[in-house]
Amino acid sequence: MSFGVGKYEMDEMRLVVGAMIILSAATALLVVMPYMLLKDQQPPPGLKPYTEVQLQGRQSYIANGCIYCHSQQPRDIKQAPDALRGWGRASVASDYAYDTPHLLGTMRTGPDLLNIGARQPSRDWHLGHLYAPRAYTPGSIMPPYPYLFEVRQGTAQPGEVVVNLPPAYAKPGQVVIAKAEVLALVDYLISLDRTYPALKALDDQAVNRRAPR
Amino acid sequence: MDLTVSVLLGTFILSVLALFVFIASMAKGLFGSGGAAAVQIFDKNEVGTVEDPAATKAQRGELQQAMDPAHLDNRRNAFEVGTRLRADQSSSLVVGVCLTMAVVWLVLASLAGLVASIKLHAPDWWVSQAWLTFGRIRPIHLNLVAYGWCSMAGIGVALWLIPRLLKTELVGAKYALLGGALWTVGVTAGTVAIALGYSDGLEWLEYPWKIDILLVIGGALVGFPMWLTLLRRKVAHLYVSVWYIAAGLLWFPILFLVANWPGLHFGVQQATMNWWYGHNVLGLWFTPLGLAAAYYFIPKVLGKPIHSYNLSLLGFWSLAFFYSQVGGHHLIGGPVPSWLITISIVQSMMMVVPVVAVAINQHLTVLGNFRALLYSPTLRFIVLGAMLYTASSVQGSLQALRSVNTVTHFTHYTVAHAHLGLYGFYSMVMFGSIYFIMPRVMKWEWPYPWMISAHFWLVLGGFSVYFIGLSFGGWYQGLAMLDKDIPFMQSVTLTIPYLQARSVGGALMTLGHLVFAAHFFMMGWKFGPRRLGAALLAAPDAAPAAARALPGKGVAA
Repeated sequence: MSFGVGKYEMDEMRLVVGAMIILSAATALLVVMPYMLLKDQQPPPGLKPYTEVQLQGRQSYIANGCIYCHSQQPRDIKQAPDALRGWGRASVASDYAYDTPHLLGTMRTGPDLLNIGARQPSRDWHLGHLYAPRAYTPGSIMPPYPYLFEVRQGTAQPGEVVVNLPPAYAKPGQVVIAKAEVLALVDYLISLDRTYPALKALDDQAVNRRAPR
Repeated sequence: MDLTVSVLLGTFILSVLALFVFIASMAKGLFGSGGAAAVQIFDKNEVGTVEDPAATKAQRGELQQAMDPAHLDNRRNAFEVGTRLRADQSSSLVVGVCLTMAVVWLVLASLAGLVASIKLHAPDWWVSQAWLTFGRIRPIHLNLVAYGWCSMAGIGVALWLIPRLLKTELVGAKYALLGGALWTVGVTAGTVAIALGYSDGLEWLEYPWKIDILLVIGGALVGFPMWLTLLRRKVAHLYVSVWYIAAGLLWFPILFLVANWPGLHFGVQQATMNWWYGHNVLGLWFTPLGLAAAYYFIPKVLGKPIHSYNLSLLGFWSLAFFYSQVGGHHLIGGPVPSWLITISIVQSMMMVVPVVAVAINQHLTVLGNFRALLYSPTLRFIVLGAMLYTASSVQGSLQALRSVNTVTHFTHYTVAHAHLGLYGFYSMVMFGSIYFIMPRVMKWEWPYPWMISAHFWLVLGGFSVYFIGLSFGGWYQGLAMLDKDIPFMQSVTLTIPYLQARSVGGALMTLGHLVFAAHFFMMGWKFGPRRLGAALLAAPDAAPAAARALPGKGVAA
């Protein structure tokens, strides 16, 4: 609509065109360019695809919001002492070849988990820790997940997985049985292991990372 | 890779140059008409007349005294007053519905946020139910805030502003009403989905994509009438608020659609997309809506045009350009290409340009008139929000620097910053706008002015405790995590007192919201004395002709 005002007046057409050009530029930069650079990346030989059960566990990781406290992206030793805490080398794009949706995370209310399977491979530890976090890590503020377990007086049925709690936390005559969902979740956690060497040649080419100044 | 870097660098330099040429050319042409566009929001002879329907009659008198005591309000054009009355009436139903839903979501979102906050320092509290676990109640809080409260409030305010700014009636209000209904169903379904563990797993994009379809259609149905109205405008100049609203309504559906498209994104590419969306939903959706409201209400309440029209032009285009590319700073130190991060950091610093443009414009309009804040409840919220916009933007730019980000990334400091933007700025502006708009929608004054003050001081006090506590806690947490000699566990335990402070602040904010919501619904049921002074657009003593013209077809000038 024109009212015959100044030649440079802001009108609907200029608004739409300008707004769309700007959004396209941002989308090209942050969505399309990474898409083109990364879509042909091969998974590193040391990285195995998730099994069916591990994928179920990954879904449980998402459903219970582990991502809101745990990152999965160790930083370079030049930026932060992540490696010295046993969290692993700095991750590269190819480490996430099987990770959709991505679970990089934004918080470290708890530690980074990209290599938790290498750091803590014990299923018993994970099951107990998910049932009673403070029994294993004093001072932890992780919530327990009692709804992933069944607590029963008496004994377990054959085939059921019993959680071995530290003596101070185990109640006499009572067994804690892990449900299938938490077994899958622990299976996923143990599978988190990117200790193989990073795909250097490829990553230098496509996703080299600069250390902080 | 060198080729990519040089191509990108070239594009970047070219686009920045183009932006400045563009702005310069527009500004050159606008030196003539710039003034006219800035007074577009006023009727003839209206400049100098204060307006705040949330103020009591006594407050309004004081406000007028503070701004322009000699001003006479009885020279208004009856036809123009009638036009504005009809503009307000045309949107009142849909605006009332949207804002009511927004207030409901605000209360629910606050409760979810408070529960999540307490859980961080009382981890064994309320753990037996899956839907109450921290990892579900926290995204429920975020999504209720973003898509419930902030989006609904912004849509309601935008639907109300558009007919007023274009001096015409809202076209197709029923489509907007249907859109609002679909949106509400979408937010409800999304919340239930997260509670049951069905989440897409990406921050800001948790709702399963099947539910997102409801929000896309609902959003389109809301945006459509606003664009139809735009095409029937009866004003020569588009006021700055219109640019922000119109552009925001274009940007958001595209962002939301691309981000939620199933099966398109993968691995690390999805991470960059995630923060392209996560930052643009703030920069290209909430910020435009918040700024649109601030750009309208500050000059309107004061009866004084904005300081500089050309600055607002610079602010608009530079915000769109720089803000849209900053998302990569969420992945500093992550497994993403370094050029992408560097560009995002540069653009984050360039955000100082639009922020300073907006800051100068809004603060210079208010400067010298701070007494007005004493008398105008609307202005008190909106000016505070505008100040916190500047604060949060400058903080955001600094936080994108690698040296600062290395400390603050992965900590509660970032959470505090997010609340400074979406609460300190955006929500405060929305509170003020709702206080202005609802008396017009309901044709009823706010029943108990003390409740507005109680709301203001509770949320200001609560938010101060929240923000200061969490910022310090987060900073110390970050420093501890960077020190290899400090065990990780210590970075957790040292935050506990600050997390407790956050719960105290959050409880005060929630209490403020309960006061606000109670007042809102008391108004809905027309509690309180029948005063109808400021709520009527034209006070009977000021423009009797306009008041008589209200039911009819308007009076010719």
